Amino acid sequence: MADLVLKNVRKSFGRAHVIHGVDLDIKDGEFIVFVGPSGCGKSTLLRLIAGLEDISSGDLFIGGERVNDLAPAKRGIAMVFQSYALYPHMSVYANMAFGLELAKSSKADIDSKVREAARMLQIENLLDRKPRQLSGGQRQRVAIGRAIVRDPKVFLFDEPLSNLDAALRVQTRIEIAKLHNDTGATMIYVTHDQVEAMTLADRIVVLNAGRIEQVGTPLELYHRPANLFVAGFLGSPQMNFIECVVSHVGAEGVQVQLPNASMLTAPVSSQGVRVGETVTLGIRPDHVKVSPQGSLTGRIELVEELGENHLLYVDFGKGRHLTVREPGDAHHQAGQEVALSLAPEFCHLFRETGEALPFLSESKAPAPSSPDMSSRAA
Amino acid sequence: MSSAVAPATVPAQVPVQGGRSSLTRSRIRAAWVFIAPTLIVLALIAGWPLARTIWFSFTDANLNNLTDYEFIGFENYIANYDGEWLGLLTDPDWWRSVWNTVWFTTISVSIETVLGTIVALILNASFPGRGLMRAVILIPWAIPTVVSAKMWNWMLHDQFGVINDMLLRLGLIAAPITWTANPDTALWTVIMVDVWKTTPFMALLILAALQMLPGDIYEAAKVDGVHPVKVFFRVTLPLIKPALIVAVIFRGLDALRVFDLIYVLTANSRDTASMSVYARQQLVDFQEVGLGSAASTLIFLIIALLIVITMAAGRVRLSGDPR
Ligand SMILES: Nc1ncnc2c1ncn2[C@@H]1O[C@H](COP(=O)(O)OP(=O)(O)O)[C@@H](O)[C@H]1O
Ligand SMILES: [Mg+2]
Repeated sequence: MADLVLKNVRKSFGRAHVIHGVDLDIKDGEFIVFVGPSGCGKSTLLRLIAGLEDISSGDLFIGGERVNDLAPAKRGIAMVFQSYALYPHMSVYANMAFGLELAKSSKADIDSKVREAARMLQIENLLDRKPRQLSGGQRQRVAIGRAIVRDPKVFLFDEPLSNLDAALRVQTRIEIAKLHNDTGATMIYVTHDQVEAMTLADRIVVLNAGRIEQVGTPLELYHRPANLFVAGFLGSPQMNFIECVVSHVGAEGVQVQLPNASMLTAPVSSQGVRVGETVTLGIRPDHVKVSPQGSLTGRIELVEELGENHLLYVDFGKGRHLTVREPGDAHHQAGQEVALSLAPEFCHLFRETGEALPFLSESKAPAPSSPDMSSRAA
Repeated sequence: MSSAVAPATVPAQVPVQGGRSSLTRSRIRAAWVFIAPTLIVLALIAGWPLARTIWFSFTDANLNNLTDYEFIGFENYIANYDGEWLGLLTDPDWWRSVWNTVWFTTISVSIETVLGTIVALILNASFPGRGLMRAVILIPWAIPTVVSAKMWNWMLHDQFGVINDMLLRLGLIAAPITWTANPDTALWTVIMVDVWKTTPFMALLILAALQMLPGDIYEAAKVDGVHPVKVFFRVTLPLIKPALIVAVIFRGLDALRVFDLIYVLTANSRDTASMSVYARQQLVDFQEVGLGSAASTLIFLIIALLIVITMAAGRVRLSGDPR
């Protein structure tokens, strides 16, 4: 079976430490997405799994077998590169067949595999073309086809869609999801695009500076980020962060004092939290509302209309900003003063270490789209 | 003109002088202005001597007195005196030199291409001291040919040469070999020295081509488990072929004109004389400017013909397998 286990995997290039001890269990057939900012080590981690780089220390198991010292070809993986990595002088057919020729498969066998993959990806009519006669999307499909014909236990994708235009990206994304359904293979997919991560993943691995910040299902990560980094990284526009001071701790949650002196109680565990401690309050733009009873007042700096919703950028003094997302068209203009209310049940609190305070009731996961509009801010 | 409906969509007046706009014409004019100096210099330093050589080849000019000569038509090339054929085209020494040159070119360029590719592949791998190696390997190429030829002359000397000495000590030969004088070894010796000297140049040209190759396809091949030898013949070689062909043409042309190496190593020996050595001998030693010019003209024609053939062959193969 193609489950993967990474145990304290580290990688350094000379004196540059790039991966600092990664532990990860990937189940057979799972779709795992590595996401993180540029340069955080996503590609390096993928290349360690592929065997294109040597693991400096730690263990990698594929299907229960330790594969640290196994050549890439023997690991039962196939990789799709960001740059496609097609052989420029070979036809599409030859590109897909090239890797199969050495395996003991017969000509007819290779032919049927290539044609089957081509049919699956709808590139049958392109088989005689050279890569440079193809569009970016077609090239990417050939690259995926080349991976499919090897019938791997694990597919590795390194930002496969980043060179495609927006429409094609969506289309190819859907095809990759379909491929995962059809083959049932384990897939590890690297991207810096959070939409790809959210839509494709069974579980997302958020990486930052060579460390895993959090692993979980897309919605777990979105609703229950374990720390400031994950909270800020997932979601667009970004989660709002406001520095506040803890004013009261109790069984119902942690009460904080907002910069304008109003109070708000977030339903999070108060364990270990001291009154007077500085914490960061995080709230997504969808959970901030313009409301006459709002506790925070500010001036609208910019209005962005997106059609299905709109964004308000509100300055509430001392260079602090809040982003508000509301459905439909904006009824406000830049320059207007507005009052904002924050929905307390959607407020995250992060301690100075960046770590999130756990929510009190894990069962009551808030519905993402229809937040309670009433402000309970004291 | 007639269309007054949508003036904004009426295209600007297009001059129809031979389908060229005034912009195109001024660009062409500018291009001519820029290449004119080059063309003039080329005409002076290449065109004029070539024309003069071709002209001399139809005369009986002599090096003693270059002002006094007569036009004799094709007699330098071929002539019939009392039923006996004379002239360059009937001279076995000339044909011997043509054969020597072609043989030398074919063998030395072939060896240099293979060795150069191997050296380039090694230099393209990453290992400590690679930069130094790249510089060191160029030394034979940087030494002037006359100097390195003289150096090899001494090393190959039948009595004092280090090569005979080493081979004797190793017991590989029983008696010293007169490398450059022995008809059996002379041309091979010349080829060997040329290979020593020119392989670095070949390697550098091929290395440049190798460094242009995308690295990701090699990783793809690695993941797919394709054997490195197969990767070389099926991926690397086809991809560097255009550069390889250019390098071979370059070296081939160079080798066809070979003079200094052969002249210094073996002087005017019949066994090794190249076309250029033959021409020089006629022109300088025998003072026969007419005959020497005829030989030079034939060299020009032969090289021109070979270029055309090579380029045609190269293009056919290139278009059959485009990048
Ligand atoms: N071969 C290498 N040698 C030295 N440093 C490298 C090498 N490959 C990657 N790195 C470094 O490792 C870090 C992570 O790179 P990478 O995995 O490509 O990031 P990502 O794919 O997340 O953008 C970067 O800082 C990069 O400079
Ligand atoms: Mg990357």
